[in-house]
Amino acid sequence: MMQLAIPQIQKMANTIRMDIINMLEAAGSGHAAGPLDLADIFATLYFNVLRHDPKNPDWADRDILVLSNGHCAPVRYAAMARAGYFDVSELKTLRKFGTRLQGHPERTRLPGVETTSGPLGSGLSQAAGMAKAMQIDGQTGRWVYCVTSDGEMNEGNYWEAVMFAAAHKLHNLIVIIDRNNIQIDGNTEDVMPLETLRDKWESFGWHVQEIDGHNVESIIDACSMARAIVEKPTVIIAHTIPGKGVPFMEYDYHWHGGLIPTPQQAKDALTRLRSLNGKISGDHD
Amino acid sequence: MDMHLVDNIGADGIKQESNRKGFGRGLLAAGQQNDQIVALCADLTESTQMAPFAKEFPQRFVQVGVAEQNLVTVGAGMAAMGKIPFVSSYAAFAPGRCWEQIRTTICLNERPVKVVGSHAGISVGPDGATHQMLEDIALMRSLPHMVVVAPADSVEAEKATLAIAANDKPSYLRLSRADGAVFTTKDTPFKIGQAYVLQQGTDIAIMATGSMTYQALVAAKKLAKDGISTEVVHVPTIKPLDADTIVASARKCGRVITVEEAQIAAGFGSAIAELLSETAPMPVKRMGMQDRFGESGEPAELLKHFGLTADHIAMQAHGWIDQMPQYHR
Repeated sequence: MMQLAIPQIQKMANTIRMDIINMLEAAGSGHAAGPLDLADIFATLYFNVLRHDPKNPDWADRDILVLSNGHCAPVRYAAMARAGYFDVSELKTLRKFGTRLQGHPERTRLPGVETTSGPLGSGLSQAAGMAKAMQIDGQTGRWVYCVTSDGEMNEGNYWEAVMFAAAHKLHNLIVIIDRNNIQIDGNTEDVMPLETLRDKWESFGWHVQEIDGHNVESIIDACSMARAIVEKPTVIIAHTIPGKGVPFMEYDYHWHGGLIPTPQQAKDALTRLRSLNGKISGDHD
Repeated sequence: MDMHLVDNIGADGIKQESNRKGFGRGLLAAGQQNDQIVALCADLTESTQMAPFAKEFPQRFVQVGVAEQNLVTVGAGMAAMGKIPFVSSYAAFAPGRCWEQIRTTICLNERPVKVVGSHAGISVGPDGATHQMLEDIALMRSLPHMVVVAPADSVEAEKATLAIAANDKPSYLRLSRADGAVFTTKDTPFKIGQAYVLQQGTDIAIMATGSMTYQALVAAKKLAKDGISTEVVHVPTIKPLDADTIVASARKCGRVITVEEAQIAAGFGSAIAELLSETAPMPVKRMGMQDRFGESGEPAELLKHFGLTADHIAMQAHGWIDQMPQYHR
């Protein structure tokens, strides 16, 4: 299992962003904003935080990562490919007939996906069930990480799981919220306001951290602290910019899932990403 | 085959017990045999009969409170870790309230979670229509990978529970609230996927599931007095259906009535009609709830009111024989 240093993780996140643009363009459909803004978190998880073995997805001692907002599957697939779960060339099969990379992730199709998700609000319950089973078996040194969106907190099922995890003191459960402030019909605070999010979670009995979801060091530190908290489960509210890394998509909820970059837009996005956001340039650009 | 039924079917003094109790015993036994069995409940531990398991194995019993979506989904998460979860509430709430979570996290995900829907049917009684779940058969049989079992009595419920515990598949077990006649014995065969001809006949086949099988047997006794030879087919496994046994009976008798304590729309009778329409086409009379909700009342008076007693079955059989020729296919 590899553990990259911070600059390498940042570079990997950039690579994952390029993979996402390529995947969506090849697929002709899918979700852009969420996967892009989760690239730093997924790069950090797969290349530093998680105890896992890409060559052994069923390794009994592994940490488990549940992606509750399953529509963000492209970022997971890209991270898995780069980590060595399967060949990068398979990424272009996203959403195509016969693919292992289904539009929303399915456990039985792709080893390493851990569980099926897509319908929002149910991932945390599954993650809590996994953590509960570990607790019953007295397993230590293993964690269940659950990435969720903010919009899916509209679902009642989500809060059932929040209450359950606190009641059962599932300190081996760590939630990372992709707080990008968007959902399909608009900004979260216009559609169904979530604030004050920190207060809600604390009152439900969770330990709360808030971080910049694009700062790799912060992500690593937050996860370390989460593992150290033993009286309650931890939630990390990761503030993110939807569409991060692709300037014409950033902050715009329309890129949640209804739009796919046109070939020219994809080219522009990739050029931007390849230049590490303008830091370097090449003759061919 | 000798079905080893009791010898006092139809008698007033026949032993009565709710099939939930059989599930409770079966769950405890399953838990004793396999320490990966866990039980999850949504605030109904006593009435779902999970209490004996919870008492014996407190560390393997998980209370989720009144949260049925979380109930089945936490179950799916535990199954991911190798546990064999039984999750229970009233059928109106599981699968009623959490059908999508069952679909996605248990069926599509292919996790061997056992959903136990207690208090199914109108015999729930005074609680009324909101709690009398009638659509659960339709909901569950439409799901790929789901096994659906409705045991006839408490003895069969215990066997069904043990069988489900070992089948490594998503499964649904349908139970009643009210007491019902205990008419099978420990020697009565039970196997998931198997239907049983409890009584041979030639004029008409009555196919029943769950609580209605006993009523069908009592009806058959009445019909015998009128010179009618009735074949009674007990179908505890609604999915997968035992096509061989069912089609053979249908072909032999040429007339079929089905009975269920559930909506006939997309229910047990529909499953039979679907099968026969493709293999041995004949009219099938489906007895059950005729697209209506239940209401408050005592179980016995509700069953009478909605036409689900042995008398009603016998009357329907007479009518069907008068109306219908025999379709020997």
